[in-house]
Amino acid sequence: MTKEEIKKNGTVVASKPSLLNDNLMHYCPGCSHGVVHGLVAEVLEDMGLADKAIGVAPVGCAVFAYNYIDIDWIEAAHGRAPAVATAAKRLNPECMVFTYQGDGDLAAIGTAEAIHAANRGENITIIFINNGIYGMTGGQMAPTTLEGQKTATCPYGRRPDLNGYPLKMSDLMIQLDGTCYVTRQAVDTPANTKKAKKAIRKAFENSMAKRGTSVVEIVATCNSGWKMSPVKANEWLNENMTAKYPLGDMKDVVNS
Amino acid sequence: MSDREEVRLMKGNEAIAHAAIRYGVDGYFGYPITPQSEILETLEELMPWETTGMVVLQAESEVAAINMVYGGACTGKAVMTSSSSPGVSLKQEGISYIAAAELPALIVNVMRGGPGLGTIQPSQGDYFQACKGGGHGDYHLIVLAPATVQEMVDFVALGFDLAFKYNNPAMILADGVVGQMMEKVVLPPQRPRRTPEQIAEQCPWAVTGHAASRGKRNVVTTLELEPNKMEVNNLRFQKTYDEIEKNEVRYQEYFTDDADYLIVAFGSVARICLKAIEILREQGIKVGLIRPITLWPFPKKAIHDLGQRTKGILTVELNAGQMVEDVRLAVECKVPVAHFGRMGGIVVNPNEVVDAFHKQFPDAK
Repeated sequence: MTKEEIKKNGTVVASKPSLLNDNLMHYCPGCSHGVVHGLVAEVLEDMGLADKAIGVAPVGCAVFAYNYIDIDWIEAAHGRAPAVATAAKRLNPECMVFTYQGDGDLAAIGTAEAIHAANRGENITIIFINNGIYGMTGGQMAPTTLEGQKTATCPYGRRPDLNGYPLKMSDLMIQLDGTCYVTRQAVDTPANTKKAKKAIRKAFENSMAKRGTSVVEIVATCNSGWKMSPVKANEWLNENMTAKYPLGDMKDVVNS
Repeated sequence: MSDREEVRLMKGNEAIAHAAIRYGVDGYFGYPITPQSEILETLEELMPWETTGMVVLQAESEVAAINMVYGGACTGKAVMTSSSSPGVSLKQEGISYIAAAELPALIVNVMRGGPGLGTIQPSQGDYFQACKGGGHGDYHLIVLAPATVQEMVDFVALGFDLAFKYNNPAMILADGVVGQMMEKVVLPPQRPRRTPEQIAEQCPWAVTGHAASRGKRNVVTTLELEPNKMEVNNLRFQKTYDEIEKNEVRYQEYFTDDADYLIVAFGSVARICLKAIEILREQGIKVGLIRPITLWPFPKKAIHDLGQRTKGILTVELNAGQMVEDVRLAVECKVPVAHFGRMGGIVVNPNEVVDAFHKQFPDAK
């Protein structure tokens, strides 16, 4: 079936959001980043925020997020996105300010900035891509790497006695009075992707309504770093990652 | 808010806070550290968010504070931070990013003695850090060295004006003496903060969130992986620094017309040296003073030209000898240049400057 035939039959269930531009993405085939970028672009478009949005990009694979979504962007130093976003939002309260950070950026080098921005209840959304590995630098251990998981810097598997335990960042975030919404999602199936989009929308609505900090963790695949095919990576995510990082809303002050 | 000039008695640190509000600064982000905590304390007490709308925030660390400055500056706002030596070390990564992103911002360093945790007493030990880089990569800050509480006030405006003129961060490099001492100051009338329209006009690159209505998106990044493009960026930065060196050198001369010898000193030390020069002149020795106001760009030419007419130069600093290297370079080693300094938070007194002068130049009369 060709693209035109699909369109003719009226069976289009999804299309490229207009805020997602045609720049060739540098992400590996099978990576979750592209899907999440699409969701962010869709939600911004659906909510009419194209003329109010400031994204803050991390250091890591998503460092070039600013190349793909047609809004204003700031590229932050490693881990500092929540501090950068804090000032951007406080000085421009009418804007929709969000950070887009990986696990190394948010849960290792930037833990202090993430926790304190959330604890102050900054009216921002933190989108947290947790794939349990450092993708950009070539597959090293992340704070969220699972016990036993092999990476370039724990080649025999993560050992808690040597490397400590996987850090459950969202579990920390729900303890903070400044967070209004903390959720853990995935984009491994169409159904989960739809849920993730709803979660991002809810988070952005909170930010615009000044309800405090929203955290959307996306348990993601890094098939290159995990050294798996994209299909196998999705399976591994379901068998391992979501066992440690269960999906679902963890805190929602609006609906509780 | 006062729309008139006001004469007040206050500490240098308090003066920074008052001057920031009156300049129409949009945001201050800081973290307490002695001997400059009065800046944040005064701002919190004055509550400028109720009057001018200025944001004041105590960050969780100096690292967060400088990255808040980065974030605020990216949106075209006039933003600043302040700290003291160990805290300014923590800010260096962020300062490098601000310089690389060609953003205007003001950083205040009220120096204390180091290295390490050091002491909370005054020092000028961060001259190298402020003037020679500090963070990674090839960049320069515009570095202003106040000698009076009045200059603490004036350099807030000057620092921001220069930062916005060149899209480059500026630093007020004050020693702890200037931060802590009280003097009479004239505070300028309140200026309004810039409107969003004025910001869009002055900073067309600013990340204001309005990509759609602007018709193009603004992105502030310091990343450029293609060497050819990165070098173009580097060359552009260097061109800016050349312009700053050409246009913005500031210094003050005292008793230089007939000087056989020269003292070079900055900040509060320059004022102490003026007393030493008075004593030396009573002894019949003609000594003049050059006080660099901009430590970068350094008054190379003035020191070179004056230096050629003198028999010797003494630099006096609250460190082990940092600016002295720039003075030697300025006179191309054609004139003897000696250094006298105290460390550990000890402030020089005029008599020991006189003694140091005689020790270095025993033939002087």
